[in-house]
Amino acid sequence: MSLFRMAKTALKNLASKPATQMYPAKPARKFKSTRGRVENDMDKCILCGLCQRKCPCVAIRVDRDERTWEIDRFRCVTCGCCVEVCPVKSLRMENDYTKSTTEPKMKDSYKSTNPNIPGLKPAPQKKAKA
Amino acid sequence: MQKRIVIPFGPQHPVLPEPIHLDLVLEDERVVDAIPSIGYLHRGLEKLVDKREFPEYVYVIERTCGICSFIHGLSYCQAVEEMMKIEVPERALFLRTIGSEYSRLHSHLLTLGCLADGMGFENLFMGFWRVRERVLNRMEESLGGRVIQGTCKVGGVRKDMDGEMLERMKAELDVLDKEMKEMTGVLLRDDAVKYRMKGIGVLPKKDAFELGAVGPTGRGSGVRIDLRERGYAAYGKIGFEPVLETAGDCYARTAVRCRELLLSTRIIRQCIGKIPDGPIETKVTGNPNGEYASRVEQPRGEAVHYAKGDGGRYLKRFRIRTPTFANIPSLVHMLKGYELADVPVIIMSIDPCISCTER
Repeated sequence: MSLFRMAKTALKNLASKPATQMYPAKPARKFKSTRGRVENDMDKCILCGLCQRKCPCVAIRVDRDERTWEIDRFRCVTCGCCVEVCPVKSLRMENDYTKSTTEPKMKDSYKSTNPNIPGLKPAPQKKAKA
Repeated sequence: MQKRIVIPFGPQHPVLPEPIHLDLVLEDERVVDAIPSIGYLHRGLEKLVDKREFPEYVYVIERTCGICSFIHGLSYCQAVEEMMKIEVPERALFLRTIGSEYSRLHSHLLTLGCLADGMGFENLFMGFWRVRERVLNRMEESLGGRVIQGTCKVGGVRKDMDGEMLERMKAELDVLDKEMKEMTGVLLRDDAVKYRMKGIGVLPKKDAFELGAVGPTGRGSGVRIDLRERGYAAYGKIGFEPVLETAGDCYARTAVRCRELLLSTRIIRQCIGKIPDGPIETKVTGNPNGEYASRVEQPRGEAVHYAKGDGGRYLKRFRIRTPTFANIPSLVHMLKGYELADVPVIIMSIDPCISCTER
């Protein structure tokens, strides 16, 4: 009877294991190509600012004077544009997502650790205490 | 004359996934007129074209819609490539076709699930979405994203699929076919579902043609309008027959979508069989100059992307005509004469996608 066509499927679902998984307890499924979050290798970054110019959602801010590279995690849509244009391949796409937060702003700022950036003076060395 | 009352429907309504507002003019329980109004989701994505360089704008254009994003990207790239006279490698065209058909699968499964939910058939809704998850996983693995892929680029595609992955996809298509047949069988043969959809929201062929219905809405009324037949991307090298139904009611439109699921898997199988080896992108030099209107078949129907460039890094003008926008006149026509309780099912049967409509 066509009124009970769903019954077979429904009974099968009752017997089988759930299609969902308990997320925080079990880690989320991810693949090698999953776009999770952008990370920067500050040893390699030359602070050229190309990622800042190309970013479609203005999430990246590069400050050459301060030697910082900053990303607004809430603006970033993980399109991967910056990773593609990076001339020294210091940017990379990680497979896992940024941790959730209750803060209204989520900016990650990185200080450059690359001593030789073209067009910039070498970073001032901190004086060792005597 | 009977007393008329106006009932506002939406923008917040349990069956609507996205906000559209309709003022329903009723005589007793019967709809005599419907006045649609849109504009709750306008984001100004078309204006952004003069702020983003043309290779990066594809990321913006993909985010026009959260369901048919891949095909929006494809259409934009196609328009820019035509303006710049770029020859796209054959393999890239086949990969784009596979991507489009996977998006069609996931979009149709989503909308059939939502339709079942709109009728109160929650169990079937979950069933459709479980099948959809399989499609989404395959998309994430091969194209890099569940719904927003970012795979198309001007001059080709970004990600290649190796032979092993294509084989795995092909093997999974059989499982998908089996599961989809089970679910669509329930939707199309269940008595309660038939009672809600047969003879409801009838759009005769003549009206469908005159009102410019596109996609499954037009094909459900017997209008042969399927842009894939024009042979963009690799569709020209693939043999297929568009799905047509003649009844023109909600049931016919749903049946078109159900049968298109199986058509999509057939097209993907053919693509996997015929895909040639070779490069996946060509180098792009220069800037777009001229204008072009690119037409593609989205899960909801025909989308038109108009682009105009003047030889600079930024396009001058960009405009999208989405399928739901073309289907709203048909929707208003369909609603007339049916009861208030049928309105949700009729609206869901055209598969409205409001965020694309308002860009």
